[in-house]
Amino acid sequence: MDLKDKLVSSFLAFENTVDVNSSIHDIRSEAIKRFEQQGFPSKKEEAWKYTSLKGVLKHDFSIFPKEENALEFRDVKKYFINDLDTYKIVFIDGKYSSHLSETTHDKIDVCLMSAALTHDKYKAVIDNYFNKVAKQDGLTSLNTAFSREGAYIHISANKMADKPVQIIHFSTGNEAAQMLQPRNLIIVDENSHVQIIERHQSLTDNPVLTNSVTEIYADKRAFVDYYKIQNDNEHASLIDNTYIEQQTQSVVSVHTFAFGGNITRNNLNFYQKGERIDSILNGVTIIENKQHVDHYTLVHHTEPNCESHQDYKGIFDEKATGVFNGKIIVNKEAQKTNAFQSNNNILLSDKATINSKPQLEIFADDVKCSHGCTIGQLDEKALFYMQSRGIGEKEARALLMYAFANNILESVKIPQLKARINKLIAKKLNVDIGFDL
Amino acid sequence: MAYTEDDLKKELETKEYEYGFYTDIESETFPVGLNEDIIRAISKKKEEPEWMTEWRLDAFRIWEKMEEPEWANVTYQKPDFQNISYYSAPNKKPKYNSLDEVDPELLETFKKLGISLDEQKKLAGVAVDIVMDSVSVATTFKETLAEKGIIFCSISEAIKEHPELVKKYIGTIVPKKDNFYAALNSAVFSDGSFCYIPKGVRCPMELSTYFRINQAGTGQFERTLVIADEGSYVSYLEGCTAPSRDENQLHAAVVELIALDDAEIKYSTVQNWYPGNAEGEGGVFNFVTKRGLCETNAKISWTQVETGSAVTWKYPSCVLKGDNSVGEFYSIAVTNNYQQADTGTKMIHLGKNTKSTIISKGISAGKSQNSYRGLVQINSKAKNARNFSQCDSLLMGNECGAHTFPYIEASNKTAQIEHEATTSKIGEDQIFYCNQRGIDTEKAIALIVNGFSKEVLNKLPMEFAVEAQKLLEISLEGSVG
Repeated sequence: MDLKDKLVSSFLAFENTVDVNSSIHDIRSEAIKRFEQQGFPSKKEEAWKYTSLKGVLKHDFSIFPKEENALEFRDVKKYFINDLDTYKIVFIDGKYSSHLSETTHDKIDVCLMSAALTHDKYKAVIDNYFNKVAKQDGLTSLNTAFSREGAYIHISANKMADKPVQIIHFSTGNEAAQMLQPRNLIIVDENSHVQIIERHQSLTDNPVLTNSVTEIYADKRAFVDYYKIQNDNEHASLIDNTYIEQQTQSVVSVHTFAFGGNITRNNLNFYQKGERIDSILNGVTIIENKQHVDHYTLVHHTEPNCESHQDYKGIFDEKATGVFNGKIIVNKEAQKTNAFQSNNNILLSDKATINSKPQLEIFADDVKCSHGCTIGQLDEKALFYMQSRGIGEKEARALLMYAFANNILESVKIPQLKARINKLIAKKLNVDIGFDL
Repeated sequence: MAYTEDDLKKELETKEYEYGFYTDIESETFPVGLNEDIIRAISKKKEEPEWMTEWRLDAFRIWEKMEEPEWANVTYQKPDFQNISYYSAPNKKPKYNSLDEVDPELLETFKKLGISLDEQKKLAGVAVDIVMDSVSVATTFKETLAEKGIIFCSISEAIKEHPELVKKYIGTIVPKKDNFYAALNSAVFSDGSFCYIPKGVRCPMELSTYFRINQAGTGQFERTLVIADEGSYVSYLEGCTAPSRDENQLHAAVVELIALDDAEIKYSTVQNWYPGNAEGEGGVFNFVTKRGLCETNAKISWTQVETGSAVTWKYPSCVLKGDNSVGEFYSIAVTNNYQQADTGTKMIHLGKNTKSTIISKGISAGKSQNSYRGLVQINSKAKNARNFSQCDSLLMGNECGAHTFPYIEASNKTAQIEHEATTSKIGEDQIFYCNQRGIDTEKAIALIVNGFSKEVLNKLPMEFAVEAQKLLEISLEGSVG
């Protein structure tokens, strides 16, 4: 039985474990039908032209999380940004781990999706927001059908989250192969502010497939700063679907640091629903071996006077493959839009590949839209310059690469996180340099 | 009152197709529909050898199994392929040796187009192989060319007289099964041009062909094959205008360029087929496959000015097979009213030190949609490959669209690729600046549009640049000076 059939038939078993009378259940049933129709995407689809899930889908993934495999904090401490005081929502094999987490209901809600989906208190919010901005494609529908657990964050109007939120998913390998489907809902009301750090981490060599869906709603003048750290081992694949709806004057930025994983696909979709909105999409990809990272972004401008800024940098070594597919749509009502998109890549090996597809679809005339894409190498002259001044070749290369990615690192607003990312990069580039020069 | 962009828009909308006339020439037309018998009949009519008939039939069998592509960013009523006549030839068949023998009505047509033969002959030393509804009716300067050993004739003549060359190269760079329209063309191509430049010869004049679609309900399937042997050079011009008509017409041409070692081919196109009226009715469907192959040190340069056709689907490409070969693509695509253009290029880098340059300028007005779709592919063996792409779009009015779909695939670490695209409109500050200096708004718009497309216009040969300007005027009258 292939994975699709298994998932569809497992849905019946899933129904026994959840409340079938809730309004969410209708959404789930609809979603499984859509998944049954659409299935997993194949390379024949334009959106998946450069990324094949075939190799990943052949594993016999178990779909339901077993009992919690207890983890001691000291064992996984290194995956937290622990010099930073944060709220923490931690999942182990898809199950909430209360002893590793730190949640709150004090003025703001930082808690669990399972709670939000089942308690009456949240019903109005869930009815209003759940599965509203998410696209109805096969993978998202699959996640919707099995949506049960994840992070639920609601910052009510005029509040500022007093500290950042870390969302961490561990998989421990107590199954031969595991599929995880976290579902996150983040609602930031008027004039509110939140910073979120998300990480998926596999602790074993057993294959893991994560099909994650995150919906973010930023109301008027809300401010959301979202960091995704993807530094997993080579048996873990991640399909990360993020859907963001922004209202007037809100600012949402999503920073994606893709440093590892088997296949990583980031579907990042911004829908602008008001005026004077700013959307920021940043990414640094540094991968090697046979790793594959695919950034698939969409920014849809529907109202006047909005901006979007996309900046993706990639460094690819050995047999790594990088894909960038960026799309900007400017509706004809969206006059005075400023939309920028830039994708720069460095190939370090003859076996590495980069496929880039920056697209513009523009229906309004009074706009400033541009995209740029480059593929190149490190500047030999700069390398020579540094070597002639006593900097070793490896270090010189690392410095150049660091400089290449620097403007994105500069955009990280949490100092401790920035330091952590600098460390990760130094480790990646196999040099011992403190990069906060 | 000052001339504003709104005025320009109005003018563009009301601008009728100037060259919309219909020449009454008796044509011999086949019954509509497509099957193996029709293909045999076409082949027989053209007195083709057996291998050519088989080649066509093979292509037809491939075509039958293919489906019409739908990936392009265009929408249109698909043509009914069984409702098209696949062959038409002007009736007065004998070949002419001098202009006097040519049907005076035909000459009148060309006069209206401003390309009268005698003028052409006297003027810039351009040899014209005129294709009027698929069969060449006049060829000039053939003798001058023959002295140099250059073969420049219709493809049907070449099939008869130079079968070894045709057999060796036809379908090598655009295979029969390449795509739906290429297969269709391979099966039913009516005529086209053939050109062979021998080793080390620099063609002394610009070779040019004017294409026309004239017969009502006639499909036009041109086939062009240009072979530049080692160390040779040729500049080839192709220009088109078509009469006004309500019913959609299909045009599916195939152009194959082969540049052997150290050869250079410059291929320039001005396309101005009937774009349909202001309501978007009628107009030509232009589904063209153009591709060139570069051997070592060879260079192919495509230049195109696309102003006509209701739907354009065209990607002149270069396969840079040899080391140090160079591919270039310069394009201006203008769309107005309900026109749709999906055009661009493919640069396939296979050899070492290969270079390609892409400059694409899109101008959209009215309710038109203008897309750039391009591929730059650097193969893993293409060391030190270099590409530069620039796609700029200019939008006039708020009901048109400009789209960019570049595909960039690099699998070599020594590749250097730059791609840049911008979208803008004519800024009020720019107009104001000109006004301030005594240039009225109409002239200012002309100046800006001209400057916008200058990089491409400059690449056209002198003789053609004039015509290109003329054609731009028709599409964007009032904005191009």
